[in-house]
Amino acid sequence: MAPPDPGASKPLLDIKNLSIELGPPARGRRVVDGVSLTINRGETLCLVGESGCGKTITALSIARLLPSPPTAYPEGEIWLEGKEVLKMPPAELRSIRGKVVSYVFQEPTASLHPTQRIGNQIGESLEIHRSSRATHEEVIHLLDQVGIPAPETRIRHYPHQLSGGMQQRVMIAMALASQPRLLVADEPTTALDVTIQAQILELLRRLRQQLGMSILMITHNLEVAGELADYIAVMYAGQVVEWGAARELLEHPSHPYTCGLLQSMPRLGTVKSRLTSLPGQVPSAGSFPTGCRFHPRCPVARQECSGSPPALDELHPRHLSRCPFARETSS
Amino acid sequence: MKILSPALKLLEVNHLQVHFAIARGWSASKLLKAVDDVCFDLAPGETVGLVGESGCGKTTLGRTLVRLEKPLSGNIIFDGTDISSLAESSLRSYRRHFQMIFQDPQGTLNPQLTIGQSLAEPLEIHEPALNAAGRKIRLGEMLSAVGLEAGCLDRYPHEFSGGQRQRIGIARALAVNPRLLVCDEPVSALDVSVQAQIVNLLQDLQQKLNLSMLFISHDLAVVEHISHRIMVMYLGKLVEVAESQIVCRSPLHPYTQALLSAVPNRAPSIRSQRIILSGDVPSPIHPPSGCPFHPRCPRAELRCSQETPELRKLNPGHQVRCHLI
Repeated sequence: MAPPDPGASKPLLDIKNLSIELGPPARGRRVVDGVSLTINRGETLCLVGESGCGKTITALSIARLLPSPPTAYPEGEIWLEGKEVLKMPPAELRSIRGKVVSYVFQEPTASLHPTQRIGNQIGESLEIHRSSRATHEEVIHLLDQVGIPAPETRIRHYPHQLSGGMQQRVMIAMALASQPRLLVADEPTTALDVTIQAQILELLRRLRQQLGMSILMITHNLEVAGELADYIAVMYAGQVVEWGAARELLEHPSHPYTCGLLQSMPRLGTVKSRLTSLPGQVPSAGSFPTGCRFHPRCPVARQECSGSPPALDELHPRHLSRCPFARETSS
Repeated sequence: MKILSPALKLLEVNHLQVHFAIARGWSASKLLKAVDDVCFDLAPGETVGLVGESGCGKTTLGRTLVRLEKPLSGNIIFDGTDISSLAESSLRSYRRHFQMIFQDPQGTLNPQLTIGQSLAEPLEIHEPALNAAGRKIRLGEMLSAVGLEAGCLDRYPHEFSGGQRQRIGIARALAVNPRLLVCDEPVSALDVSVQAQIVNLLQDLQQKLNLSMLFISHDLAVVEHISHRIMVMYLGKLVEVAESQIVCRSPLHPYTQALLSAVPNRAPSIRSQRIILSGDVPSPIHPPSGCPFHPRCPRAELRCSQETPELRKLNPGHQVRCHLI
């Protein structure tokens, strides 16, 4: 079931019942199972969950960045600006990569070329997407836009001469170079200090407003998601288990997994003698439990939870939960 | 919260300096003051949190306390003995009393050794009298104390998840019954639900064994949760030291205030009062003159760039290094 469309216009990104399998044909492990997500123009959606729950794979599938094989899409559709990505020929795919959707990853050091000056690296993507030659001024403008001081001297620097926060700004500048409609940021602040994290989140907020782009942010931290998101989708074991408007979801979490995530994080200024921890760990793809995939770790699991798998049901308008007992949990 | 008597000290650190010589090409080597004039103490059963941005010297301080680094000057008095200048041979008998847990349990376990072999190593060194059967019993006890089964002893590190490997790292540190545990970002690489399990485990073990802990982390919420006192470090110097609730609720140093306000928060009301620091931590090789924080400080005055402030005691247990307080 797709989340209800809050706007009348067509969404920028509409993922319908997407499943992704990794591995040899017919023996692949289903790592993403029936995920539906929509992002409207100018909106920010945060995908939240622990490692191994399928967040990154879902995000990479939007521009089909995963090589296939071994990746297979047995079910579902990805509509980006009214076009079906899964049916696109390679030439058309290249035209959306960067122009419609571009990516910022967690480790800027791993994504930047160590022996290329940063000005050349940003210019490279301009050359692909603009028919005209990439101009010096455009690169400087981009660096200025992401808050890098003295861009005229910075363009001649190599990545190792920049701090982690500055490198992440360069990555964002590179992603913005071709003016994408959707920026996918995969854990953009996880490797950074809190002070630098606050700077980068502030930058993303400002760019979203200035450029009117949509953001899909992946994070494992619900507090970070609360900083930026209009909507939050919580994933567990390849499925969306809760989706809702950010404020509503954070203030009235309904799925026991979301509640568990929120309770297991210590909050500043709140004294607790012990943290509430979820027992066990995320199951790996291919060995998901039957019934509700969360039931072996769920503190409120009942007999029937191991039976038939629960559906993602509407709790309120703009709030879906994959727990049949969510109404009782959220009260 | 336990009331700790200040007279009881397991560890006392006085004016500790750790410097590194940095050689660059043909130029004369420069001095990096990683730890600069640090004084603090630690009572038995106490946890002190150490926070600060990357590159501020937290890890170097932790490594120096367990003598993985040799300090340039100052003393580290561990239970009455100054270990700062002990030679390696006489240090060995002390090493069992202070152990360390690292951030990345993957990198600290030898992939070619079974868990049992890795865990037995500290016992072979520090308790050579123990025979193989006795060791096996001890290892089984250690594993069950950290919530793993004794069957794990014959398995290899790659067979475990990150959280389990961190439990093994804790078991290895505790195998020799240490009195001081230095935890360097022990939960930073873990998922939130696993992070809570490990934090709870450390707290339980500390109470059971009356361990002293230095808990190094950049995550202020975790540090506030686990620590009795918090020390805030900036460019090798302590800038604020107080009980954890005082540091987190009524911080006085502008750096502590900025650090706290940068912590992501889902509540929008808190976001509106945010102090966003501009720029990065300056290079410790060329630290700014005067107060090292003044170039980023929202309240800096002229004097801050000229005079270096001292760490002053405001009231018992609250120290701040700032001219304006």
